[in-house]
Amino acid sequence: MTATLVDYDELLTRYEPVIGLETHVELGTASKMFCGCATTFGAEPNTQTCPVCLGLPGSLPVANAAAIEATIRIGLALGCRIASWCRFARKNYFYPDIPKGFQTSQYDEPLCTAGHLDVEVDGETYRVEIERVHLEEDTGKNLHVGGATGRIHGASHSLVDFNRAGIPLVEIVTRPIPGTGAKAPEVARAYVTELREIIQTLGASDVRMEQGSLRCDVNTSLNPVGDLEWGTRTETKNVNSLRSVERAVRFEMRRQAAVLDAGGRVLQETRHFHEDAGSTSPGRSKEEATDYRYFPEPDLVPVAPDAEWVEKLAAELPELPAARRARLQEEWGLSATEMAWLVNAGALGLVDATVAAGATPADARKWWLGELARRANDAGVELAELAVTPRQVAELTRLVAEGTVNDQLARQALDGVLAGEGDPAQVVAARGLAVMGESDELVAAVEAAIAGAPDVVAKVRGGKVQALGALVGAVMKATRGKADAATVKRMLEERVVGS
Amino acid sequence: MSTPVTDDLTSLDAAELGRRLAAGGTSSVELTQAYLDRIAAEDGVLGAYLHVAGEAALARAGEVDAARAAGEELGPLAGLPVALKDVFVTEGVPTTSGSRILEGWHPPYDATVAARLKAAGTVLLGKTNMDEFAMGSSTENSAYRPTRNPWDPDRIPGGSSGGSSAAVAGGLAPWALGTDTGGSIRQPAAVTGLVGHKPTYGSVSRYGLIAFSSSLDQAGPMARTVLDAAVLHEVIGGHDRCDSTSIDAPVPLLVKAAQEGARGELAGLRVGVVRELGGDGHSDGYDAGVLDRVRETVELLAGMGADVREVSCPAFDLALPAYYLIAPSEASSNLARFEGMRFGLRVGDDGSRSLEEVMSLTREQGFGPEVKRRIILGTYALSAGYYDAYYGQAQKVRTLITRDFTTAFDDVDVLVSPTSPTVAWPIGARVDDPLAMYAADLCTLPASLAGLPAISVPCGLSEGLPVGFQVMAPALADDRCYRVAAAVEAALDAARGSRLLDELANRGAAA
Repeated sequence: MTATLVDYDELLTRYEPVIGLETHVELGTASKMFCGCATTFGAEPNTQTCPVCLGLPGSLPVANAAAIEATIRIGLALGCRIASWCRFARKNYFYPDIPKGFQTSQYDEPLCTAGHLDVEVDGETYRVEIERVHLEEDTGKNLHVGGATGRIHGASHSLVDFNRAGIPLVEIVTRPIPGTGAKAPEVARAYVTELREIIQTLGASDVRMEQGSLRCDVNTSLNPVGDLEWGTRTETKNVNSLRSVERAVRFEMRRQAAVLDAGGRVLQETRHFHEDAGSTSPGRSKEEATDYRYFPEPDLVPVAPDAEWVEKLAAELPELPAARRARLQEEWGLSATEMAWLVNAGALGLVDATVAAGATPADARKWWLGELARRANDAGVELAELAVTPRQVAELTRLVAEGTVNDQLARQALDGVLAGEGDPAQVVAARGLAVMGESDELVAAVEAAIAGAPDVVAKVRGGKVQALGALVGAVMKATRGKADAATVKRMLEERVVGS
Repeated sequence: MSTPVTDDLTSLDAAELGRRLAAGGTSSVELTQAYLDRIAAEDGVLGAYLHVAGEAALARAGEVDAARAAGEELGPLAGLPVALKDVFVTEGVPTTSGSRILEGWHPPYDATVAARLKAAGTVLLGKTNMDEFAMGSSTENSAYRPTRNPWDPDRIPGGSSGGSSAAVAGGLAPWALGTDTGGSIRQPAAVTGLVGHKPTYGSVSRYGLIAFSSSLDQAGPMARTVLDAAVLHEVIGGHDRCDSTSIDAPVPLLVKAAQEGARGELAGLRVGVVRELGGDGHSDGYDAGVLDRVRETVELLAGMGADVREVSCPAFDLALPAYYLIAPSEASSNLARFEGMRFGLRVGDDGSRSLEEVMSLTREQGFGPEVKRRIILGTYALSAGYYDAYYGQAQKVRTLITRDFTTAFDDVDVLVSPTSPTVAWPIGARVDDPLAMYAADLCTLPASLAGLPAISVPCGLSEGLPVGFQVMAPALADDRCYRVAAAVEAALDAARGSRLLDELANRGAAA
């Protein structure tokens, strides 16, 4: 079933979007939220479990202090108010991946409230209000077997892996974000990008969307332009990449516009995003949603963060991405546009680290946005995934600056680094990539070129000095690019013109 | 103290058994065998046990005897048998919580209290019967079988720890652990002539105790004497990092308090008699005989130098409705994990049914009627739109009850009352009347809701059946309960010239 879609630009003439995001982040704590089990990703199913996270009769939770601390730090980084006293709550529902028959979460007493995050899209700043940041436990993972899609529909049976059950999960909920207009999809993406960077900077999680350690639900609604009342929202789940965040909002806007155009009513429902098609399909309807019967978790004592401790955590927060960008932009003397390129390419941290390792900001930018970006693009990977470190890139720029290699040789040295042959200097030595000095070999090559092209020599001597270029090319070719072109030119001049 | 009427080991208290073990007068194997023999002879009628771990018990007893023979230093409890209510998970030993839904489940771990008893060298005789998921006051709600009262096999042994009370009163275990949510240690102790103590909430670990109502459940000792109860309590009590609600405070010196109490050291003790629990205008539903015994006991305390006065705690009148909202609410959530997916019973999984159908069938067939009643009650009380009116209001009542206690304890050191309004009733008399059954907990509910320690100590007979006297104390002042209970016990034993339980043994001998 394909949904009817309205052209994006056209729908914006009649409708305004309101978006909202719920982001789940698996914290990178060594142990689970309420027991001592390990949290390593990708372990054999059901090997990281115990009576507590399996919900065996009689077992009791004990809250992980490191997870509470990480949540408070996230809240502080988002400018939230930190509760001085709050409780966990039970969210009751039946599903095989929640071992206790309830999820231990927070309800009306979240740990952090009322923060905000400013994001920039095309030079314009949008303030995203954060409603709450709370702490809960992850569910187990269902594996539906026997069907074509891996989804429950059509499966013959399901397996449950409880390794993930009980991993600390932070939920960050925005308030509805109106006023983004045509930029709604990009604002949504920019928000998640910025949030991800903040959490990465805090070291609270590895925030890998593809591994599910950062998961996003995207709420979208449309209302007729000028209407004060917002439309009915849908909640799109399974949005597993930054690009998908943008696409999901865009698709929902186009689909809802078609529904509204046809005089229909948008259903308040959960929808499922399909990465391949870039579309959404209905999940369970919120209008028949279960009553979760939240009540304060009696097995856990309230969380009462000491005010002094919270102040200390606030004081010890690292430099956050926005502040860092502002500082680096100034230090490096970049325009806002140049800075935006760097950020969008995912190269900021890499360039910063390369500068820290000794490169000039200009050289570092040139390498990461030029040659390295090209390589990453060719290989279909992220810049950060290239097998070269900022320190190695800095070394490359140093070798060029010192004249040990020229740009072309440096690229060859990079080949070696990427092939795992070692650091640039090692590759240069091993592959013999250093620029030739005025060696016997080079003198021989120069003289061979002169001897091999008497006509060119004649032209040069006849006054057509630019014909010398052909001889330079011949020498460079003979030395397989290892010679320094300027040196070669000088040597030729001495012999052809100056004699 | 009094001398036992027979030299049958199973009629002795644990302290005496411990002395004999230490002195070499008996061995753990001999002792364990004596209880196993008695279980074999009596439990067909009594129904105190759901599982008897005979072989394992004898093997363990043999180990302790061997260690003793090898001159190893052993703790005072080493080699003493003990019974555990089937609500405690025990590694490798079947644990059902009295429910079909856990039939055949062998837990992979030990409850903290079970582990502490093991570490103290005790020998686990078996797991005792109980009302399913501890929901009941008569043990008739056990999914397996009812338990009978050793004082009169046609009567209930109390509940929900009725298997433990029957086992200890009947000489099928020297002592036992029970759990108390709204009175489930104290009331069965009262109606079988035992001492039973519900500790301060949070002072005994709940880890491995199959939850009924998390904010109320407490494990505690059930024993033939106050001193035995104190000894057992000291072993299981104390902080446990596996239980977030566990209080990180030392266990009060309970044995010392029991010893001092037994010497009658009560001068200056201020005792408050709670009017709302059987006093003037609040005696409907109370047996006259029960009120007589309690009045006599209060007079006894006064005679020992205690300063006795009446105290009013008006919010106690609301304890019953508040309890029957809070406990079922928590239970409805605690019992959600029993859905047939990971352990215990699974019904209808024949490939033709959906997940939801299998879960429903399992719960439909796995839970008994009282459990279902409470799940439905609790689910309703927590539902959107009803939460504030029911669960929320009940929590407010809880606060009021706690406030009444706090006010009362400004003026008195302990509060006293009957433990149960009546003596043991005939089996079947209340099964069709849940409210009558619930009323059995009238006197025990306030301390439960406030999380306070309370003990039941025998204070004589009415209609030939035991009556319990309840002593309540401020949080973490469990020692006061033991002190007063020991004074009552010693004075009554002295007046009687024997122990109350000896009377039961004499009847048995006469029969």
